Amino acid sequence: MATAPVVERPPAAVVETPPEQPKKSILSYWRLYLALSPFYLLFLAFGLIPVGFSLYLSFHRWDGLGSMEWAGLDQYKYLLSDTDFWSSIGNTIVIWALATFPMIFLAMITAVMLNSAVRFRNLYRFAYFLPNVTSVVAVAIIFGSVFSTNFGLINALLQAVGLDQVAWLNTPWGIKVAIATLMTWQWTGYNAIIFLAGLQTIPGELYEAARVDGAGPVQTFFRITLPLMRPVLLFVLVISTVTGLQSFSEPQVLLQTTANESTFSGGPDHAGRTMVLYFFQQTFDNNDFGYGAAVAWGIFLVVVLFSIINWRLVQRRDEE
Amino acid sequence: MATTEARPAEAEPVKPTKPKLIEGTRRRGIALHASLIAGVLLSAFPFYWAVIMSTHTSTEIFSYPPKLLPGSHFDDNVSKLFESIDFFGSMFNSLLVATTVTFLVLFFDSLAAFVFAKFQFPGRRWLFALMMAIFMVPAQLQAIPQFVIMANLGWIGSMTSLIVPAAANAFGIFWMRQYMKSAIHDELLDASKLDGAGFMRQYWHVALPVVRPGLAFLGIFTFMSQWNDYAWPLIALTNPDNVTLQVALSQLNGVHGTTDYGMVMTGAVLALVPLLIVFAIGAKQIIADLGKGAIR
Repeated sequence: MATAPVVERPPAAVVETPPEQPKKSILSYWRLYLALSPFYLLFLAFGLIPVGFSLYLSFHRWDGLGSMEWAGLDQYKYLLSDTDFWSSIGNTIVIWALATFPMIFLAMITAVMLNSAVRFRNLYRFAYFLPNVTSVVAVAIIFGSVFSTNFGLINALLQAVGLDQVAWLNTPWGIKVAIATLMTWQWTGYNAIIFLAGLQTIPGELYEAARVDGAGPVQTFFRITLPLMRPVLLFVLVISTVTGLQSFSEPQVLLQTTANESTFSGGPDHAGRTMVLYFFQQTFDNNDFGYGAAVAWGIFLVVVLFSIINWRLVQRRDEE
Repeated sequence: MATTEARPAEAEPVKPTKPKLIEGTRRRGIALHASLIAGVLLSAFPFYWAVIMSTHTSTEIFSYPPKLLPGSHFDDNVSKLFESIDFFGSMFNSLLVATTVTFLVLFFDSLAAFVFAKFQFPGRRWLFALMMAIFMVPAQLQAIPQFVIMANLGWIGSMTSLIVPAAANAFGIFWMRQYMKSAIHDELLDASKLDGAGFMRQYWHVALPVVRPGLAFLGIFTFMSQWNDYAWPLIALTNPDNVTLQVALSQLNGVHGTTDYGMVMTGAVLALVPLLIVFAIGAKQIIADLGKGAIR
């Protein structure tokens, strides 16, 4: 339908367009700007202005109701000496490490296996991806029962083999292991699928050549697969870092029933209080909006720092 | 060394080695599928256990050994659940938010993506860079001011506070732009322009039909992430009787999480049903495109 007139009209079009081009004023693009405007208006109202306002707030004292009071650098000074904030950084990093390294390891193994399994591959991918689409709230409720002291499945297993039971959600390490297990379960399949997509871009001839040269599967993995997978590995690591360091829903839902003072307190001894939980507690429980803003900037700094470290680690191996 | 070993084996009469070779690969195949199935069971087990628990009373759940087979109290748990929370009311809210946001995102993101993918205009690169910068901004930096802005607009407590800020996003624009760059041919646009089609007609009649698979991915992805969203709704929905399903589930867990596990589990299981339906419909698209996005 659209092709027929093209054959007739080109000469007219060629004559028409060139003189128009240089004179076009910015207003003649109004349709394009209008098409872009919904995103940029929302971005301005709920993205850019809030970030600026957050910075402004972090130099003030404000409970959200009364008048704002200039505080200078006091909030940041307090942040640096706030042991609760530092311990929340520690909790976050421990949980992140406990979750991320096993997850990447398992995901890589799963992906390599999926890559060599031709039959049922789609079925496997579907099953492995399922944990990732389910809501964190539902998953945390389910894992709360897996790790429950009284009737949890893990303690039942421990009892069955004659070991002592562990009060998982009542001890500092138990809490971290429980949160990390939840995250590993939820993200291994997702990352395996991403790794698999990377593996499928590696040409089969390379493996063929390695096999002819007598390389075993382990050697092939470290000499061929891993170096070629570095960009994908970097992608997965950065995404896991950015999301893992901002974990909130997992500890919040998992520990809300064991929390004593507030649902953001992160369980007994605050052992599961991540940075973002601490931010929520300061801001929405204590109504300390000024300090909350300073905490948010602190979190931002930690996340950026960690992303850079990850980037460097993977890049440096590249140069060797 | 290995090559010298391999060659004679191939040159020799194949009869004795071939069955062994096949048996070897078959055994390896069985081991491979056995480990993959073990992984599937690990992925699936928590779902299975949740369903089992939703069919038992608390007393049964608290007894040892743990129940691994279905009980007979599912309907009791369901009726207790419906008494404890407004399950269908919150499910309606979740559906309302997720559906509205999905359609708004599909429209606004694909429109902006079309502009970025196929047109030249002043400020294009600058605007695009600005959009990419928003990926870097963590949600906490926006949370307090968003709350204050919403409170001033009188949106706190209503679903509007969830829908409006989510109506367009950088991820979707970026994703659709990548898709449109390769999927929509310039000749097609030129032809429609000569036909007298304006910008909106080009978008609606030329661009959209071509990028339907990309829209399907973005739509399913948006729906699922909105359905599962928790942190912001928890803050913004201040009226405990008018919340989304995830917040209602969390309330349920907070109040009954130590006492009536069967009922709480029933809530978690029922809340997963709509999501699993959407996932089952779109799984193929989602899984395929997810990989593509990462290796691009």
